[in-house]
This record gives sequence, C-alpha cells and structure tokens, in this order.
Amino acid sequence: MNKQLLLGAEAIALGALDAGISGVYAYPGTPSTEITEYIQKHSAPGADTVRSAWSANEKTACEAALGMSYAGKRSLVCMKHVGLNVAADAFINSAITGVNGGLVVAVADDPSMHSSQNEQDSRVYGKFAMVPVLEPASQQELYLATREAFDLSESLKLPVVLRITTRLAHSRSGVEQREPRIQNPLNALYAPERFVLMPHNARRQYQHLLDLQPELERRSETSWLNRLVPGTGSLGVLAFGIASNYVMEVRRSLGLDFPVLQIGHYPLPRKKIEALFAACDTILVAEEGYPVYEELLRGFFGGKNIRGRLDGALPRAGELTIDSVARALGRPDKKVMPVPPIVVNRPPELCKGCGHRDLYDALTTVMKRHEAHHVFSDIGCYTLGALPPFNAIHTCVDMGASITMAKGAADAGLRPAVAVIGDSTFTHSGMTGLLDAVNDRTPMTIIISDNDTTAMTGGQNSAANGSRLQAICRGLGVEENHIRTIIPLKSHLEENIAVLSEEIAYEGVSVVIAERECIETAARRKRNPAPKA
Amino acid sequence: MEINIILAGVGGQGILTIAAVIDMAALHSGLTVRQAEVHGMSQRGGAVQSHLRIADREIYSDLIAEGTANLILSVEPLEALRYLPFLAPDGRVVTSTDPFINMTGYPEMEEILTELGRTFHPVLVNAAELAREAGSVRTSNMIMLGAAARFTGLAPETLEASIEKLFQAKGEEVVDMNIRAFRRGALLSQQQATAI
Repeated sequence: MNKQLLLGAEAIALGALDAGISGVYAYPGTPSTEITEYIQKHSAPGADTVRSAWSANEKTACEAALGMSYAGKRSLVCMKHVGLNVAADAFINSAITGVNGGLVVAVADDPSMHSSQNEQDSRVYGKFAMVPVLEPASQQELYLATREAFDLSESLKLPVVLRITTRLAHSRSGVEQREPRIQNPLNALYAPERFVLMPHNARRQYQHLLDLQPELERRSETSWLNRLVPGTGSLGVLAFGIASNYVMEVRRSLGLDFPVLQIGHYPLPRKKIEALFAACDTILVAEEGYPVYEELLRGFFGGKNIRGRLDGALPRAGELTIDSVARALGRPDKKVMPVPPIVVNRPPELCKGCGHRDLYDALTTVMKRHEAHHVFSDIGCYTLGALPPFNAIHTCVDMGASITMAKGAADAGLRPAVAVIGDSTFTHSGMTGLLDAVNDRTPMTIIISDNDTTAMTGGQNSAANGSRLQAICRGLGVEENHIRTIIPLKSHLEENIAVLSEEIAYEGVSVVIAERECIETAARRKRNPAPKA
Repeated sequence: MEINIILAGVGGQGILTIAAVIDMAALHSGLTVRQAEVHGMSQRGGAVQSHLRIADREIYSDLIAEGTANLILSVEPLEALRYLPFLAPDGRVVTSTDPFINMTGYPEMEEILTELGRTFHPVLVNAAELAREAGSVRTSNMIMLGAAARFTGLAPETLEASIEKLFQAKGEEVVDMNIRAFRRGALLSQQQATAI
C-alpha cells in the first residue's frame, strides 16, 4: 500500500488538489498555513496549475473563492479560526447566495490557544450560516472528506465548512491517495436572482436555505463520517471529531465496551442520536472545542444524564487529552512522575539578530522619556516584544487593532499614541485604520516593522513591503515628510531614537517604517537562492 | 507492538528532523505512524515537543497518554525533564547533556543530572562533542537518534536507510557524516548499556 506521510493540513491540500480545485485563497495563520503551502509546492505546472498566492486577508480570500465558484470552478479557502471572524461577512452571505462550483471553507481551530488569542469553535459559525460542517478525525479521513466536501458543495449548491483543530492539522500519518479528478470548466452563470442580495432576492434565498435544512440533515444521517461503534452497557459516548480518537483509545486501553457514536458531519444526524439516547441511560458528550452540542442536547432546563464539559466531567476549557477523557470514563488517577520543580518555563523569544529587537531597543528608550508610555501593538513575531527583556508593548488584540486602538486612545487624550504593526498585518487590516486616522488628523505615530515577510507563520510572502508601504501610506494621505524609514540595526540606534522622537512629538499622523529583512527568511534565501514567483 | 516516543527540545533545534527519520522508517516497515508536532509561536526559541506513536495496528490518538511513553528523546537536558509525567515506569530517557540557555533561572547542571538520575537508567549523551567528531556539530540530532535507536523498536538498518533518503539531496558527504553520527550515538548507547 503506497502511503504518503502527511500533516492533517497537508491531507486537506492533497484532497483539494485531487478534487480538482482551480484555486486556493488564504492568509497564513497557525494551524492552517500548511494547507496552502502544500498546494503552492505541489500544484502541477501548466494549464491546470492551481492559483495559490497568498491573499491580503481572510475576507478578500473568501470573496475571491466565492468569485471562482461563481465562475463554475472549485475553490478552497483556508484560515485559522479567528480568520473566520474577518471573513465572516463574506462567509455568512455565501450561504445565502449559494455557490456554483464547489466551495470549501477549511478552518483550523486552536483549542488550548497554542498560537492564538482565543479558542472559538468554528462549528458555531457553520451552524450560524446553516451550512454543512465536516469534522474528520484522521489524516486519511481528512483527505477523503475534503474530496467529498466539494461534491457535497456542488450538489447542495452551498459552501461546506471543513473544521479541524491544531492536533490534527499538525500531526502526521500515512495517507492513501485516490484517482485525481480534473478541474471544472469555466462556467459563469447569470443568476442575479441569487447573487444580487437586495432584500427581495435575499429573502427568497434565505427561505431557500431554510428549506434546504431537512436535506442537510438527511445527508448527515447517511454520512460515513457519522458512524456507530456498537457496544454494550448503560453508558453511551457521543464523540465529535478528534474527540472520538481519545474515546476510542481509552475504550481499547481499558478494555471497555460502551457504544460510541462518532460525529464528523453536521448538522446532527437526529435519528442516530435518538437511537443512542434510547439505548443508554447516560451519555458522555466529548467535543474538541466549545460544548456546542452538549449545550444543545441538554437544553435550557438541563437534560438529565448528560455528562461533558458543562458538568465538569471533562474540563470546560482547552484541548481534550487521552487522560482527561479517561478520567471522564471513570479511570482512577494514575501515579506518574511529576515535573521536577527545577524545570522553569521556556517562553518563545525573538530570534537573536532579529530587527524587531533593535526597533524595540530604540522605541523603549524613547518611550521612557514620556510619563505615559503605552504602545499599542498587533499580531506577529513582534508581539514577543511584550515579554522580558523588552516589555515594550501593552496591547495585542486582533489583526490591525494596534492602529485603531491607538487612534481611539489618542481621541481620548492619550499622548503619545504609538502603534507597532508588521508589514503583513498592516496590509491585512491596518490600512483602513490608518485612513481613519488621516481623515481625523489624529496625533499618533504608526511604526511599521517591515521584515518583508509573514514571519511568525514561517515566512510567507507579505502583500506589500518597502517602497510599496511608503506609497500606500502616501496614498492614504499621510504627509510625505512624516513617512520616515529607519534601519533597525544596533549601529543605527542613536539615529533611530532621534527619528522616533521627532515623529512621536509631531501632532499629526506620522509613520515610521523600520525596514530590515527577517533573519530567518534571509538565511533561507541564502541557502536556497530561488527567484521569487 | 506499540511504541510511544516524546521528542523534546527547543524551537529551532531540529527535533522534527529526528521525527522525520523515525516516521519514514516506521512507514517503510509497514507500521502505522501518528506524529503530532508544534508549529507556530513556540518555534521561536520556546519549549517544543513532538508525540510520535508507532504501532502494528490502528492508532487512534495523535497524543500520548501520561505514563505511557516508552522513550523520551531530548536534544536538551532540561527539556527531557519537562515531559516526565508522560514516561512509563519502565520508559527510558535518552538526552543530550548540552544545555541550551536562553532564559533566566536555568538550573545547575548538577541538579538536572540528579533529576535525570531518578529515571530508569537514563542514557546521557555529549552530543555536540560526538557530532564534531563525526564531522559537524550539525549532526548532533543523528547522534541522539543513534543513541535512542535501540528503544524505537525499529531496525538500525531501516533507520539508516531513512537517514540516507532524507539527506540524499544534500550530497553523499552529508549522508555519510550523518550515518557516521548515527552509528557513533548507537555505539555510546550500547557502551552505557553494557556498563549497567
């Protein structure tokens, strides 16, 4: 048997390639990045090549994917869970218009927040949009389910959500490939009654979406992703997505024989669930993420004999583990070796020689001279400036919020108002905030720490850098003489302190671009000198 | 058979290269593999780990349960201790003794060795020194893999074949150097076993 060793994220990519996609649209975000990277590396050259360059953000990605679907071709859009917040407007409304070519929205959630600011559960978005959600439990299932998701999307004429979590996205296993399918032909249909969402059309389309719901449930009822592992006893387990892996592991290792209903295709298969509830006195609901369906099954008045995250049988927050599931299934605590008390934490840090370090050295020197020294920052490697020894930034909330929060604080009277944002984050969601600041003549300084890449996720191309960033700032209306460039190097420290001091003192919008290539991508370029695509 | 391995180290030390060799060898031996790794923020000099599971039957979970790891293979001594709750009572620790100090409060080496000594016959490896002898300090991961090879349930020849495959694009010299390192690690591990 010829198996390839693939990350879960890569299994999605291969499944999408073999489903005949014509394009993938995405903005990098852990743990979803590797889906698009795999397609970039493995798409066949020539006429059938798959369009795969990075998008400016998840909203532009989702809209472009919908456009490709409108034109009749299959498209994949990928993002991390918080990226779906950015894309939500496009995503929710794509369920109202429906699709033409198959459209799959692959969303990677990050329970336990390994690399994220929350652990929101994208299944809620799927329910909110009233579209099918697939949640496979292994790399092989991911490959197969991704292929089928496109067929499902085309047959229902709806976008389909493919939900994974960090563990599956970043875990490797053998995947067996099936025969690839060719791409759809160009087939753009005039269907303004669907795609012009003026109220008269939107109402009809929304009613259509509501009318489709029983059909969605019928599909769930017969889906191979929803299957019963028969068993005996009064306890039954309802295991969603990769939670079923932990349940099955415990079931085998403890030699138990309870029935398990594995769910990997939503909406819920009502009949299968009713059968499990009829056969068992107590149901343990194991979900990786929020207790979305546990809450639904309990109902407002609290269903009896349902165990899960809401009654403390499983922890309310964080990823499940074999051990947390084993405890919920009654295994007494094991005696294991403790972590010795001498083991101190080893938090991540900015690389030695990284330009962000030199920027923060200059910036903290300048800010110390002010009584209020708040620095609003953003999401990227430079967020590590919040940690010692820098302690240089004081906020990091969502993509682009550095500029807009600094603006709001400046409006409230805070001086100085300083924002630090990366090149990629600036083009993702910072530009519109800068336009607000310019229109308001807000006294604030925006520092764009331009390392010419999306570094935290592994060095993907950034949408704009260097002179283009200057041009964007000029175009948005920042005065020419208040767009300054510095080179964050130790040898430039005094000069950089001077420039930052001047611009922070200026009572208007100023931009300082700290320009130096990420040392990681520079080193990689040196190792593999390849022309940029 | 079922072998559970925790690979430990610091972001950037390259534990995923070790994982790739083991994965490839296991798959080649017709075994089932699941290997969970850490990407993202922690890769920037933070503590990183990989759960690697090999079996001759279906593996359900990507993660290893506490108290069931047959092997903790660490390329940094303090990091070996971080995952002790996962170690099975008869599980083994194979660790480099080269500290990677990028934070405050790093304990004294003596304290680390005392804690390592509480595990069942730990294999302690002066990886950097042996790697230099093998030709380059960059082969220290293969020194470590060699030292741990006898606990992986995989044949050394299969592991060597994977090393060759993994490094072949970099030329014969690099392949030879890494095989040399692997064998040097295996020899040290054997010597320590005989000394017991």
